[in-house]
Amino acid sequence: MKFKSQKVAYWFFALSMLLLTLQLVYGFIMGFAHMGYDGLHDFIPFNTARAVHTNLLVVWLLSGFMGAAYYIIPEESEHELVNVKLAYIQLITLAIVGVIAIIGYHFNYWEGRKFLEIPRPLDWLVVANVLTFLGLILATLYKGKKRTTTALVMTMGLVFAALLYLPGMIWFDNQTMDSFFRWWVVHLWVEGVWELIMGGILAYLLIKITGVDREVIEKWLYVIVGLTFISGILGTGHHYYYIGAPRYWLMIGGIFSALEPLAFLGMALFALAMYRKGEKNHPNKLALNWTLGTAIVSFVGAGLLGLAHTLPQVNLYTHGTLVTAMHGHLAFWGAYGMIVLAIISYSMPNMTGRNLYNTVNGSLAFWLSNIGMIGMTVAFGVAGVAQVYLERIMGVEFGDVQKEIQIHFGILIICATMFSVGIGLFIYEFLRYGQPSDEAIIYE
Amino acid sequence: MLSKSQARAFFLGGTILTFAVFLGLSWHTLSTEVPKKTNEHNLTQQVINGKRLWEANNCMGCHTILGEGAYYAPELTKAFERRGETYIKAALMSKEPWSPRGRKMVAYAFSEQDANDLTAFLKWIGETDLNGFPAKPKYKSTVNPSK
Repeated sequence: MKFKSQKVAYWFFALSMLLLTLQLVYGFIMGFAHMGYDGLHDFIPFNTARAVHTNLLVVWLLSGFMGAAYYIIPEESEHELVNVKLAYIQLITLAIVGVIAIIGYHFNYWEGRKFLEIPRPLDWLVVANVLTFLGLILATLYKGKKRTTTALVMTMGLVFAALLYLPGMIWFDNQTMDSFFRWWVVHLWVEGVWELIMGGILAYLLIKITGVDREVIEKWLYVIVGLTFISGILGTGHHYYYIGAPRYWLMIGGIFSALEPLAFLGMALFALAMYRKGEKNHPNKLALNWTLGTAIVSFVGAGLLGLAHTLPQVNLYTHGTLVTAMHGHLAFWGAYGMIVLAIISYSMPNMTGRNLYNTVNGSLAFWLSNIGMIGMTVAFGVAGVAQVYLERIMGVEFGDVQKEIQIHFGILIICATMFSVGIGLFIYEFLRYGQPSDEAIIYE
Repeated sequence: MLSKSQARAFFLGGTILTFAVFLGLSWHTLSTEVPKKTNEHNLTQQVINGKRLWEANNCMGCHTILGEGAYYAPELTKAFERRGETYIKAALMSKEPWSPRGRKMVAYAFSEQDANDLTAFLKWIGETDLNGFPAKPKYKSTVNPSK
């Protein structure tokens, strides 16, 4: 760590870990409900658990991205964060808005719009919060000595992510219009601008860990984010196949979605090539595992499994089934969950001055969480494919199909337990690092 | 070999071009196609009230509509056609959790008027032209129509 203000990142990461833990709890509630054990129905009905589960995901990832930005931007721009106090206020208000939203979901205070369940009055608080965050990052960049491509790509991702939140705040009377613009937020976030943030963090980590020349890494960063946008923007079309939009989206969405894995393949090849080219003597092997892991798992989860059901003729049957959950879990984990854990693994030793990067717990955390998540993906996939054939092709009633596939949720829960043990170990190691210290600052 | 400035040009050029195409198509979709395909002239105040209730109770947190939502309860785009008004209103107005095949729905106990609004919303959305979704099953259905 080179700047005092980078320590702010620690608290964003801590919030992130807390919310991740809660997310897992609600995931289990849903898994058991799918198996038929819905004892909590009167207190936490499925739609509450579902809204909490997905919103916690979004907020822990955003908190992780914000932490990453507060850590990376001062170092890249060679300037202290312009206002540390404001950053802490931003953290606390983010936590408060999140907590109000989640409590509200237990009392029917929400909007039933998948992923955007936060009620509109609270949306304005989110906007104010994100503007504060962006203000701090942009002012730091502006005053900084350097403007690196890595910092610019990451910041561009953060700015666009904020802008794209706005279409989700417009009121529509027509469900199709509502859905059309909801994807401007959700799709263009996860298959667009969030990938800029991920690409920026990935480039930063590769520069630090592999020691490969910045110019080379940043050049390929442009190519990859270019591929992301060229495929991802028109790839939004795969959400428009069957919602009341014209047929041409089937062709446009189909073609550009088929190109989407290329961006992720590019990212995986890029990370592996930089690793092979690099010096391989960076001591933080755990950070390296998570960095290469995110590049590879995102290709499989987001790229390949996404492709598996965005072909229009396949999607006609898989749209709105558990197949989506199969893709969703490995995609979010690989592309965004793992990149947050990668930057945490990399930055914790630097912020605290303690080196816990070659521990058995740390390795177990990596392998258990990944194997667990892959197992969960398989369980969702089997349940989803069975659902598609029974319900959509054979015409068996929804409720009867759900009974037939209950057993796969048993497997899901076993794999989710393994995943949770991995996350538990990660958080245990996170806590063992303790709080960041000024003594960890390395002056050049 | 590719230089960094060429790589940047590829990124910026590709992004601007695809985004321009996306905006153009979106404009065409929203201004001319969606009103036709969704029968916007049938979008009455009752249907809109139904949509607000649909959102306020996060029905999408269990069900899907237009194939979007959660996978815990049945897809409802064609619910009106499949089940009819009486069945839907019974489910919505039930004071006990509705659970035809064991899985429980929240007992919303909607008023007659709210149930009518939600039913109107489901009727309207069922008439949307969805490019063939949901596909008709290829084999005989086990649905017991209780219209």
